[in-house]
Amino acid sequence: MKIVVLIKQVPDTAEERRLEPDTGRLDRDANEPVIDEITERALELALTVKDKDKSTEVVVLTMGPSEASKAIRKALSMGADSGIHVLDDALSGADLTITSAALAAALRNTDADLVIAGNESTDGRAGIVPAMIAEHLGYPLLGSLLSADITHGMVTGERQTEAGTQNVRAPFPAVLTVTEGFDEARFPNFKGIMGAKRKPVATLSASELGVGSTPRSSVLDLAERPARAAGRKIVDGGAAAAELVDFLTAQRLI
Amino acid sequence: MPNIVVLIELTHTGHVPASARGLLAVAARLGTPVAVTVSAGALDPVTIAVLGGLGAARIHAAQTEAAHTVLGTPMVDALADAVAAHAPSAVLAAASVDGREAAGRLAVRTGGGVLADVVDASLADGRIVTEHSVFGGSYTVHATVPDVLPIITVRSGAVDDQAPAATPEVTTVQLAPATGSQTTIDSYADAPENLSRPELRGAATVVSGGRGLGSEENFVLVEQLADALGAAVGASRAAVDAGFISQTAQVGQTGVSVSPQLYVALGISGAIQHRAGMQTAKTIVAINQDEDAPIFEIADLGIVGDVFTVVPQVIELLKNRS
Ligand SMILES: Cc1cc2nc3c(=O)[nH]c(=O)nc-3n(C[C@H](O)[C@H](O)[C@H](O)COP(=O)(O)OP(=O)(O)OC[C@H]3O[C@@H](n4cnc5c(N)ncnc54)[C@H](O)[C@@H]3O)c2cc1C
Repeated sequence: MKIVVLIKQVPDTAEERRLEPDTGRLDRDANEPVIDEITERALELALTVKDKDKSTEVVVLTMGPSEASKAIRKALSMGADSGIHVLDDALSGADLTITSAALAAALRNTDADLVIAGNESTDGRAGIVPAMIAEHLGYPLLGSLLSADITHGMVTGERQTEAGTQNVRAPFPAVLTVTEGFDEARFPNFKGIMGAKRKPVATLSASELGVGSTPRSSVLDLAERPARAAGRKIVDGGAAAAELVDFLTAQRLI
Repeated sequence: MPNIVVLIELTHTGHVPASARGLLAVAARLGTPVAVTVSAGALDPVTIAVLGGLGAARIHAAQTEAAHTVLGTPMVDALADAVAAHAPSAVLAAASVDGREAAGRLAVRTGGGVLADVVDASLADGRIVTEHSVFGGSYTVHATVPDVLPIITVRSGAVDDQAPAATPEVTTVQLAPATGSQTTIDSYADAPENLSRPELRGAATVVSGGRGLGSEENFVLVEQLADALGAAVGASRAAVDAGFISQTAQVGQTGVSVSPQLYVALGISGAIQHRAGMQTAKTIVAINQDEDAPIFEIADLGIVGDVFTVVPQVIELLKNRS
């Protein structure tokens, strides 16, 4: 079985994230780049399948600037077999349309049985790219799974929606997305880190993939919200509850 | 007025979802709202009345036996059919699990552009401009899709108003069976409908509990204060991970984004990922034992104290008031 995992490099959410004031694009220098937590869990799912069936091949695919190669190396050190990096300056500032077209084009040549992604990323939060990829490829989509059982050319799983849960299933090839309820990713060990250096990483440009680079959407303007100021802080000496109720009354909140 | 196509995700039990009101309100500002539904049988007159009450001028009622057994595709097919029939100037869907997938797939099918997770949309100089709240409200960004069909997902609970009621004109269309490989829905387990408490998304008051509550039993204190304030219940991720409450209550970076009038944080440290989901609240109140907890940096009123001492007193005082 061949599984391609989409991983995304994002700014670490442990610090304040920034947009470039002129373009509205992500300021990549403002934070440490890390693999998005949910896509790391997606990789963990693929690696668990491989743990059970050694013949499974796990490929990681990412689109991003040259520093995203670090994310690929990390994934390789965790146990993925090879990487594909969609890398092209023309793709900087790509919107959902371009990103999904480029990733779908890269996937077309992989003959993947399964494509696994995170249900949404911590920076974009659109939660749309995997669905667009599924539509490009004509694969069934199993989005926002809470659990996944991958066997005999079939994925089954429980899916979270606003109304509750659903049990869903689809045959290979398919696109599935995991939620943050999935297991945390394993840590790379020393052997993995050493081995990662020898694993192959292919680089693909926009023209090789035959995708354009003109976004369909454009940012018109952006404004930064001033930081919130701290208000009044009181130490409870027995009267805090009454002060709180008075505060809510004065603010007309009750 | 141009048509605005709106995806209404009817549940498998035929309910109109809470997101419909806000979606139709935005649509009415941009043009004539055309609600798109998918159902296995004829559309229920009650559903038609509800959608009319929320401002649907037309209903494009798609029917297919696969409405609730094939995942996603019937919605995408219905939307594509409505786009062809009504030549809209935009398509709106909720930024829900189903809505965003349908929006993305429709964009690929129609060659449209996507504007995701918007908190508002308006007409400016004849074009549709969307407003986005980025990085937990740190930035407000305006965007547009200049040349092709804009397909817009709207954050649930972000829109307050309601469109004027209309008497909808209903067109029923029969969808052809989906071709190609599909995802099958084998069964549903509906979350119990919470009729006594407001929904977290869009609630005017939210009371959230964190790891500081200590246990699932103790977490009831959060619910008691919420009920005393007529509030929705939220939680930090640590409280969710510890099993105090279900994931659907998670507020923050990877949970729900809320912008209530009042947000009360109980036993929550205020990690940056939590603040990203609530710092746009109008007023923030925090109760935490640790005087250095980061939540106090953004709280309008911070109480350094034990939730198990302070909160029961607050509930008592609120009872005495009423
Ligand atoms: C990629 C990523 C995404 C994340 N997304 C989210 C998210 O969406 N939402 C989210 O909330 N977190 C998220 N987190 C986790 C976040 O970093 C914090 O771990 C989490 O918010 C902490 O929750 P907490 O404040 O309840 O727990 P803690 O940080 O453990 O805080 C508990 C607080 O309770 C106080 N306390 C204890 N007992 C009492 C008492 N009796 N009375 C009063 N106070 C008391 C303590 O002083 C402490 O400040 C994310 C993390 C990552 C890495």
